[in-house]
Amino acid sequence: MPSQARQQRPTEPSKPTKPTKPTTPTQPIKQTEPADRDDQLRAFYRDMVLVRRFEERAARAYTEALIGGYCHLNLGEEAAVVGLMSALKPTDYLFTNYREHGYAIMRGIDPSRVMAELYGRVDGVSKGWGGSMHMFDVSHRLLGGYGIVGGQLPIATGAALAIDYRGGDEIVMCTLGDGTTAIGAFHESLNIAALWNLPIVYVIVNNGLGMGMTVAKSSAEPNLYKRGAAYRMESARVDGMDPLAVYEAAEKAIAVARGGRPYLLEVVTERLKGHSVVDPAKYRSAEEVERLKSEDPVQHLAEKLLANGVFDEPGLAKVEEEVAAVVTNAAAYAAKSPHPEVGTLFDYTYATAVPNDSRRLPGEPLFEPEPYPATPETAAPVTGASA
Amino acid sequence: MTTKTYRQALHDTLRAEMLRDDSVFLMGEEIGVFEGSYKITAGLLKEFGEKRVRDTPIAEEGFAGVAIGAAMLGLRPVVEMMTINFSMLALDQIVNHAAKIYGMFGGQASVPLVIRTPGGGGQQLGATHSQNIELFYAFVPGMKVVAPSTPADAKALLLAAIRDNDPVLFLENLALYNTKGEVPDEDVPAEIGRAAITRPGRDLTLIGYSRMAHVAAEVAADLAEAEGLDIEVIDLRSLRPLDRGTVIESVKRTHAAVILEDDWLTYGIGAEVAASISDGAFDSLDAPVRRVAMAEVPLPYSKPLETAALPSREDAITAIRQTLRAVGRRTIPAGVTQP
Repeated sequence: MPSQARQQRPTEPSKPTKPTKPTTPTQPIKQTEPADRDDQLRAFYRDMVLVRRFEERAARAYTEALIGGYCHLNLGEEAAVVGLMSALKPTDYLFTNYREHGYAIMRGIDPSRVMAELYGRVDGVSKGWGGSMHMFDVSHRLLGGYGIVGGQLPIATGAALAIDYRGGDEIVMCTLGDGTTAIGAFHESLNIAALWNLPIVYVIVNNGLGMGMTVAKSSAEPNLYKRGAAYRMESARVDGMDPLAVYEAAEKAIAVARGGRPYLLEVVTERLKGHSVVDPAKYRSAEEVERLKSEDPVQHLAEKLLANGVFDEPGLAKVEEEVAAVVTNAAAYAAKSPHPEVGTLFDYTYATAVPNDSRRLPGEPLFEPEPYPATPETAAPVTGASA
Repeated sequence: MTTKTYRQALHDTLRAEMLRDDSVFLMGEEIGVFEGSYKITAGLLKEFGEKRVRDTPIAEEGFAGVAIGAAMLGLRPVVEMMTINFSMLALDQIVNHAAKIYGMFGGQASVPLVIRTPGGGGQQLGATHSQNIELFYAFVPGMKVVAPSTPADAKALLLAAIRDNDPVLFLENLALYNTKGEVPDEDVPAEIGRAAITRPGRDLTLIGYSRMAHVAAEVAADLAEAEGLDIEVIDLRSLRPLDRGTVIESVKRTHAAVILEDDWLTYGIGAEVAASISDGAFDSLDAPVRRVAMAEVPLPYSKPLETAALPSREDAITAIRQTLRAVGRRTIPAGVTQP
């Protein structure tokens, strides 16, 4: 299923860093009965279609100026998103970057609230304060949504420290893009996590491009999962276009983390469109554009499920119908949700109220000027005075 | 009350808060085995163990962010940045993350984080190790910045910072660590966001924070004794929020103000204080607001050059005399009492 080009993007074939370690991504750690497997694949497919249609709806809303700011979509990464999120327990924590709508939905957050956040409304997951890049929901343990490349890495590492500090059995998953492996905080975070045996899985979602910069041009070691070796951290690469492979690789990584060791997982995927909604991706060659046409994970899974008899055509159509209703409903909900009141502007500067916190709007003076002593002459209006 | 150094007050407060609350823990470079570059954390590793006194790798951005994440999950990390100069390596985590997380996510998670760090020059440490860049943090909504000048305030403000649910930059100063003062035995946190009038007076308002609040208090006492001048001293204590009200009400009484600051003058903390006085006490001023600040150079290693660049007691006294002259009030010779 994965094309030759994507297989070849890494300079070496996929293999685990430590062949002697128990399982590889292609060997699921728990045996799944065929019937269960079919149910799982059906669920994966439905979820992937939901992410796909949600993102398409978001792109449309963006062109209709209903969404502002930057808007980065998970188009092409649906198998990675769904596989990874399916492996987490509800009590586990997720930290991710600015390409996160799909992750938010797959954590179980109502798509309507995700769309409302894109619209900047009060019913959005971050109450309209975050937007596309800053989704956050404590109850679903999505702890952001970070717009600064790699900003989430040290923070996620600290969340893992807090779990370890309290002796909890949750883990942290921290996703990042391929370009993020070049920043200093990547090294600092992985080093600390490995030194302190923290329960965290770092997932590099390698879609091959920063904005337009290729992995080969930004990383001296383009086999990104190999960076784990510098920290004696177990690591692996998996085909990110196959949701089951991603799920199984994530389950294995999570098991390692739950055992008290960090893990580095590289998920090789594709970004089918531009870096963000407004990017026409003109830096891609004609061959690359042609190749991407056959790199649609949703389409691939549909074909596979039809061929295996897991779905028939009416079954696929029913999924589309159900998902369309969810997405339409989400857009309607978002459009109906009110904008935040201007009076709430100063509600979230500080969690602990303190005296002398400034609550001044731009046109307001710090202090009302003392009026000039009123005498009969000066009391007259300055302008519009009549004879 | 117990007399102790600023250093001891910090140490004792950290220890007391760790005993009081299991979620308080310390992180930083060389704070454990080495006991801290300035020995604030001496003995704490031995008492509390590696879980709560964590020596970090040299990775300011990394461990600042780790502290943020731990704080989001309810712990109360107290991070030591060896000096404020090194905190710039963590600027992204402090400014783009610690200060933003509460607001950017709609108030869903707070960041109860303290970053302790000393600023200040005068130790011949050269240009990169002698800066006063607290302004960088005081500029940012979402941050709180406090700057104690006495051992008592070191305790009261550290208690407040640790118990606060927001990120607090806690500014220390190399020149203050060995200063002594009375420290209350009971644990009473200060209120972040309040300045203190440390000496009431009628002739002029002298404003400072951190080391320069200490200098201001000394200068005011000396001029009172030598010349009978009645100077009001304000210790800002909190740089964000800034207590403009206390400064303005004082200037309305004294009609003149001199600001002492260890940072650079242009765009510095004093600029904000002077602008605030103009906003709130314009009609009360009898002379321009004067600022005494560091010379605008990378601080040299050479002792005479370093001394020349740093604001001194003499610089403060000169500025006070010139301001009072501009007011039209003569300074009174020693030995003559005011009518």
